[in-house]
Amino acid sequence: MEAAPGNLAGVRHVILVLSGKGGVGKSTISAELALALRHAGKKVGLLDVDLCGPSLPRMLRVQDRAVHQCDRGWVPVFVDREQSLSLMSVGFLLEKPDEAVVWRGPKKNALIKQFVSDVAWGPLDYLVVDTPPGTSDEHMAAVDALRPCGPLGALVVTTPQAVSVGDVRRELTFCRKVGLRILGVVENMSGFVCPHCAVSPGRSRGGSPAPPRGWERPRVDPAPCPRSARTSSPGEAARSWPDTPESPSW
Amino acid sequence: MKTVKHKILVLSGKGGVGKSTFSAHLAHGLAEDENTQVALLDIDICGPSIPKIMGLEGEQVHQSGSGWSPVFLEDNLGVMSVGFLLSSPDDAVIWRGPKKNGMIKQFLRDVDWGELDYLIVDTPPGTSDEHLSAVQYLAGAHIDGAVLVTTPQEVSLQDVRKEISFCRKVKLPIIGVVENMSGFVCPRCRKESQIFPPTTGGAEVMCQDLKIPLLGRVPLDPRIGKSCDKGQSFLVEAPDSPATSAYRSIIQRIREFCDLHPPEGASLVPS
Repeated sequence: MEAAPGNLAGVRHVILVLSGKGGVGKSTISAELALALRHAGKKVGLLDVDLCGPSLPRMLRVQDRAVHQCDRGWVPVFVDREQSLSLMSVGFLLEKPDEAVVWRGPKKNALIKQFVSDVAWGPLDYLVVDTPPGTSDEHMAAVDALRPCGPLGALVVTTPQAVSVGDVRRELTFCRKVGLRILGVVENMSGFVCPHCAVSPGRSRGGSPAPPRGWERPRVDPAPCPRSARTSSPGEAARSWPDTPESPSW
Repeated sequence: MKTVKHKILVLSGKGGVGKSTFSAHLAHGLAEDENTQVALLDIDICGPSIPKIMGLEGEQVHQSGSGWSPVFLEDNLGVMSVGFLLSSPDDAVIWRGPKKNGMIKQFLRDVDWGELDYLIVDTPPGTSDEHLSAVQYLAGAHIDGAVLVTTPQEVSLQDVRKEISFCRKVKLPIIGVVENMSGFVCPRCRKESQIFPPTTGGAEVMCQDLKIPLLGRVPLDPRIGKSCDKGQSFLVEAPDSPATSAYRSIIQRIREFCDLHPPEGASLVPS
């Protein structure tokens, strides 16, 4: 297959992290996935297309950094000294952190297209794309802009409640309609271990969606409520693997 | 909208903080008085949770000469959501902004709401098409204000601050902030832990900084999620829970805010 043009030419694999539901841990899991891949010696780019709620700069503790221009476009922010993990987010373009991005669809689409094609990603083993909840402009814009990279993988995140699972079923339908290859479903916050009595209290369990008829796909092991929810710093959780009981089986 | 006395938007910059859960229980709480007419409008077009939370999955919307009829859970509690228009619960609504805006306009214009005391509008996370459209289409009809829902951790608060900026930009009054999932009491050992620690002071500090009322804090009770999955009111299922007390106190504060800000033409002093 021909390489993608321009700034996408060096990108080998693309993984979109999706969920129909908000607050299930897409950004946390995107960050953890990127850090784990980097830990495994890969070069990783992380693209945050959640324009209204860009969480990744703060999660990776680079919220005070700025984005610079080069002849090929924007230079992404490098999270580490070795420059093996880079991040692009609208969070870096805001004058003030509390500034709201109050844009309608067409303007959001234009920026996402720029984030994909006008960022000097360089050679990457993986580009992990964190998305907002839903199945709308941002998702369609990201998929359209990334198509030249070849088959796009999707990791769908849910929590056990039926209310999350309902939205995720819709997201799986979206993935099928736009031709995304579903790598698997992650059931996040899958139980909580009380730090006082070390017991996991009962929880509402709608159950992760059974694959629609005719689909076969791997089910990623459930991830118990990860430390990253408590530390607000995914880097800490990734660095403590594989020592903790919460280490998900990536 | 002329027959609707009070309109409340439930917002958050952040997803998954409990907007829909809160909207549903605000509606349940207000409708417990059978003389209060309440409606709940779900404008989360891509992720319509309200039908499930209200136990109305599978219901269909009907047309009449005066427009669409909301689905009635009780005589005094009606609900409208795009979820009622989907032929299957797995159907994805893959719409761009303009089509979503059109649907929201229809919901606000073509639904026969009847005489209502409260219309509660549940929104998706963010500050985009759905929010702009709701504010724009309701602009002429006086919105009482917005209730913002957050959880204690900074990753939520940073998005909620943006939502507050949005409200100020579009001149939407803010009724106050609800801090949800504020502490977890283990049902076994009864000790409290923080699943989402307020590392930057939580909603309390944010509200002090931005001079906005903190309406209350709702602790995380695992029974809330179970009630939502079953489509039952948590206020009825777990009347003894500290979360129920917190909800009721917050609902009362919202009632008081609306009573102090009557719709145009109404008097503050009851006759």
